[in-house]
Amino acid sequence: MAGVMADFGNFTHAVVRAIPSSLAKEALRMNVSDVDLEKAQREHEVYVGVLKQKLGLEVIELPADESLPDCVFVEDAAVVCGDTALITRPGAESRRKETAAIRQILKELGLNIVDMSDENATLDGGDVLFTGREFFVGLSKRTNQRGAEILADAFKDYAVSTVPVTDGLHLKSFCSMGGPGLIVIGSSEPAQKALKIMQQMSDHRYDKLTVPDDIAANTIYMNLPGKGHVLLHCTPEEFPESAKVFEKLKDHMLIPVSNMEKVKVDGALTCCSVLINMKAKV
Amino acid sequence: MTTEVGSETEVRKEPEKAEEQPAAPESEPAATNQTDEAKAAEQSANDHPAPATDSAEAPAEAKEKQEEAQPADNATPQEGEDTPASPPASEKKGISRFLPPWLKKQKSQSQVGPKESQAAPKEEAGVASVKEEDGEKGEQAEAEQTSSPTAAQPQVEEEKINGEPKPEQKEEVKSEEKEEENHSTGSADTQPAKEEKAAEESQEKSAAEEENKEAEEGGEEKKDEEESPKPEGGHSFIKSPLKLTKKVKMVMCHVTMLDGSQFPCEVEKRAKGQYLFFKVYEALNLLEKDYFGLSYKDNADQTCWLDPTKEIKRQIRNATWQFAFNVKFYPPDPSQLTEDITRYLLCLQLRQDIVSGRLPCSFVTHSLLGSYALQAELGDHDSGEHRLDYISDFQFAPSQTKEMEEKVVELHKTHRGMTPAQADAQFLENAKKLSMYGVDLHHAKDSEGVDIMLGVCANGLLIYKDRLRINRFAWPKILKISYKRSNFYIKIRPGETEQFESSVGFKLPNHRAAKRVWKVCVENHTFFRLMTPEAPIKAKFLTLGSKFRYSGRTQAQTRQASTLIDRPAPYFERTSSKRISRSLDGAPMINVTEAQESAPTSWENGREPGLELSSDSKSGRLRVQGENIYVRHSNLMLEDLDKTQEDVLKHQASISELKRSFMEATPEPRPSQWEKRLTASPATSLRLQAQGSADDKQKSGEAAWQAAEVEIEETVVVEEIRVAPKGSVTITTPEVITHVAVESEVEKPKDEVMEEQKRPVSVSSDSEEEEEEEAGEYHPQVTVSASVDQIKEEPEEEGEEEEEQQVNEEPAAEPLPEPVVEVKAQPVPAVVEENSATEPQLAPVAEESPEDILVTPDEAPNGHAESPEGHPGPVALEEEEEEEEPRVNGDASHSETERLPQVICCSEPPVVKTEMVTISDTFAAQKTEIATKEVPIVHTETKTITYEAAQLDGSGDGEPGVLMTAQTITSESLCTTTTTHITKTLKGGLSETRIEKRIVITGDSDIDHDQALAQAIKEAKEQHPDMSVTRVVVHKETELAEEGED
Repeated sequence: MAGVMADFGNFTHAVVRAIPSSLAKEALRMNVSDVDLEKAQREHEVYVGVLKQKLGLEVIELPADESLPDCVFVEDAAVVCGDTALITRPGAESRRKETAAIRQILKELGLNIVDMSDENATLDGGDVLFTGREFFVGLSKRTNQRGAEILADAFKDYAVSTVPVTDGLHLKSFCSMGGPGLIVIGSSEPAQKALKIMQQMSDHRYDKLTVPDDIAANTIYMNLPGKGHVLLHCTPEEFPESAKVFEKLKDHMLIPVSNMEKVKVDGALTCCSVLINMKAKV
Repeated sequence: MTTEVGSETEVRKEPEKAEEQPAAPESEPAATNQTDEAKAAEQSANDHPAPATDSAEAPAEAKEKQEEAQPADNATPQEGEDTPASPPASEKKGISRFLPPWLKKQKSQSQVGPKESQAAPKEEAGVASVKEEDGEKGEQAEAEQTSSPTAAQPQVEEEKINGEPKPEQKEEVKSEEKEEENHSTGSADTQPAKEEKAAEESQEKSAAEEENKEAEEGGEEKKDEEESPKPEGGHSFIKSPLKLTKKVKMVMCHVTMLDGSQFPCEVEKRAKGQYLFFKVYEALNLLEKDYFGLSYKDNADQTCWLDPTKEIKRQIRNATWQFAFNVKFYPPDPSQLTEDITRYLLCLQLRQDIVSGRLPCSFVTHSLLGSYALQAELGDHDSGEHRLDYISDFQFAPSQTKEMEEKVVELHKTHRGMTPAQADAQFLENAKKLSMYGVDLHHAKDSEGVDIMLGVCANGLLIYKDRLRINRFAWPKILKISYKRSNFYIKIRPGETEQFESSVGFKLPNHRAAKRVWKVCVENHTFFRLMTPEAPIKAKFLTLGSKFRYSGRTQAQTRQASTLIDRPAPYFERTSSKRISRSLDGAPMINVTEAQESAPTSWENGREPGLELSSDSKSGRLRVQGENIYVRHSNLMLEDLDKTQEDVLKHQASISELKRSFMEATPEPRPSQWEKRLTASPATSLRLQAQGSADDKQKSGEAAWQAAEVEIEETVVVEEIRVAPKGSVTITTPEVITHVAVESEVEKPKDEVMEEQKRPVSVSSDSEEEEEEEAGEYHPQVTVSASVDQIKEEPEEEGEEEEEQQVNEEPAAEPLPEPVVEVKAQPVPAVVEENSATEPQLAPVAEESPEDILVTPDEAPNGHAESPEGHPGPVALEEEEEEEEPRVNGDASHSETERLPQVICCSEPPVVKTEMVTISDTFAAQKTEIATKEVPIVHTETKTITYEAAQLDGSGDGEPGVLMTAQTITSESLCTTTTTHITKTLKGGLSETRIEKRIVITGDSDIDHDQALAQAIKEAKEQHPDMSVTRVVVHKETELAEEGED
């Protein structure tokens, strides 16, 4: 058993979902863009491969659902912390059904399932930043106060602070954890402002790693036995300047992962997996 | 307080003093040098913390007095008040030898008294004196008391009943005596053997005690009845029998301990919280006590913390004497606690918090914490002995499921080999990470009327809406905390990008709730962020509102002290957590979520709580950039007035004496990083004094040191200011503005046209310099600065009483209200008839300080008016007044009130001196400041001292007279402005000339105001040799720099 808030970044399992071909045309996106479906699928395979082969996680791959063009972005459907999984109520109506499959698999994994049944609540997992000590929930187009309250209720051990997200899709569209106590943050004004709010709201101190590109600030941090700090981040091809910043992290195993296609439908690195630490289960 | 009074009163008192003094020396064996401070500390130790002690002491004292009353003459050295060093105890004894045989017998009796009392001071430093007395002694004492009329009470009672009015004794004198008595009792410890005994038998309470208490009460009454003439000690015995009839009431307190057990404790009805605290700590064998406190439910069923420095009864009011022992300050890192017992108690509190829902946890955490609790109480899981249901009796969560119990058992098995202490430590390591750990929640509404919760914790103030944290104000971000009516305000330091500080207001359900939040904030900030507790508002800086300050040790101090704990780990029994579930009544519990639902429906009124955020525009005034400023403005807070620095001192002194080495080990303040960051509060003095009480010897040294330290802290403040993103405020050197108004009233027959009648003679001097000489007569009284110092030390309690007194007296003292008409004057003397207009300058003055008005009816209208700046504008004034209410006046004058009644003997006509000190309300001051955010604003202290000739009565009465002429002349020099106002009045056929001269001296603190005053008086006299000075009013305004604040 693990103590409260131990093992930040230590994951054993990952849940991912395949890309439906409907993604290219029907997936929601903030900016008009054409998605190369095949390229996107290749990217995703690499992504899964990294999790599975390179990092040794047990990866559960859910089949795509053509009726759910955004279903690859599993992160939004569930928030898992410790042995509790909060099944969200995505802000986009078209995505509400994505949660069913996720819920099913998480339940099978033995997690305590908490449902967000309140019809007034919306929450996208992409708006939830867990720092290891507390949650920040972005109040965005997809997430509202009520959703945040339910999250707070689901994870009572932790402080849950709300952060207005005025720009971008999700809170994690411009930030993520880059390590214990390290927030990777984009350099845009909204991003910096959000960071300030987070710092003010927190009883804990966070270091920040500022990258030139907001979307590049979305990274996946893990702390794996035998591998230490692992960081999945953008490739130099996508964001050369931001990639340089990551290269300064000497203690991390840096794994650039391409995300050029999925980003067109506002999919970031974290969006494509739900990470679980089954050892944390008491 | 008596001490301060000393110098002036002494002359008169001498006879009495002589009597009393002998006792004093005896009593003060420990105190080597008795500076005033030392005395104060002693006093505090003796009477404040432990009311019981007093009672015990009283009889003894009385006896002593009687005995030694006669020999009084011999005992010269006493004067404890003034003399720095008190004669050693041995000396006193020596005195006794000289006593005539008949006296000696009495003396023997008296000795008994001291013995009784001894126990208290030493062991418990006066906190809990009751215990000390043995049954035997107690009885003895009792017997003596009854048999011997001499008992201490007589004094008190005498007064009341009738007593033979002493020839001229002043109340002050009495108080002094009293003090001395206290000292003596306190010092009673001289006899070591007795002490020990007392300690052993501490628990016993004998009739004697009660008697003593009676005596004590009597003593208190005495204080109260300052006005009444004091009977001589000798007479007292006659009345003693009466005294017996009076009994101190004892009350049974029930304290719910953290393990759910009840701790009954009998206390005196008038005991202070401190006493009960002590009993509880003692019962628990707890040394790291500073994290804990006693709570009670008020009439509204709200949980409040018992203030150690105040009487229990006054706090609980009509509520039951039911208390709960609780953790008050949750240590952020429990592993830094020194003793396991402390951690254990913290665990118990947390289990309560968890079960009550006050500390929300996830399922897993409930299970984990529960498993540690099991391990701590039951030891290793024994599958044979522990069936699954063995834990059904334990409660781990508000709602406990079978599943959870299974989980708990499962986890319990994994803790095999863990000692109870280790299990507790693990429990705490996990619990401390919970987001609501140590957060004290209060219902409130935001400025838009939305229900929120205010969470006060070690790091600052958290704002919750439902379960969500919507804002957070770390202590360093908070410049000021205040409350007004049912509103609670915090002023926020400007952020990097912000220009001005902002204020945030919250609406609490009612005034009491607002005050409660405010107090909790003050306490938490002080405890967690300061090195040393902040000095309570000094008496000399009278402020409106609450004087409340956290008076205990800070976390830093308690940690330091804890490092010195050197005792084998005390044995304690871990009780079954079964009990916990039954006794949840203790801690204030509000569950965030539930809280919302159960949110108080009783908002004061339906009105929209549109909290007016005190716009900063008004408040250009920044007191200091340092963050810890607790300002309150509102009469509401006046409730706190009963506690002054004095009280705190006493409290601390008692504490320090209380606990052997541990207690004495108050850490020396070291500048630490966080201290720097935080705030520099000039509060160090308190701490020092607390230590000082332990050994007075070092007093002087400490004092110096103290000063040095304060300076350091101030520097820190400045630093902080510089660092501050927005250097909006700079601290300016304190400016002192002194207004000296010399009013001379002259009757001179010869002088004027109309002989026989009083003829107004008016003289105006353009500059002070012209005049000289004559000042000599008033010198004694002129020592303004001296008085200020004294004021600080005066005990508050008396202040209050006297205050009223003062009010009453004043009118009498006043010659008569003479209409003073002010004429606007230009540099050139102009004569204006009946011009009542005040100078523009003066105008602001009038508004301020209502007290002043009280003091000197005639002066007030114009006399005070001279504070050009820093004074609340008319608007502000209004507000102040409405809030202030009568009490304000009284409170304001606390410090000096005592001295008011004094009559000063000098060659000149008797002069009655009155003195008032006020501090302008900051808030009000802010209001006048418009938009000048960047202008450094400094606190202003206002002080008014009035000297009046006593004899004027005859002339005074009344006749308004006919105003003949009036003129005002103003002259200015570099730093002085002199306004001379001359009025000629025709009264009952006599003409009277009244010259009122107002001198405003403006300048740095460097100016010797006393000197200036003396000079002014001198000049006035010189100029008008044939006139007499009837009144001197010194109105002093000092801009207080950082010190007064934070």
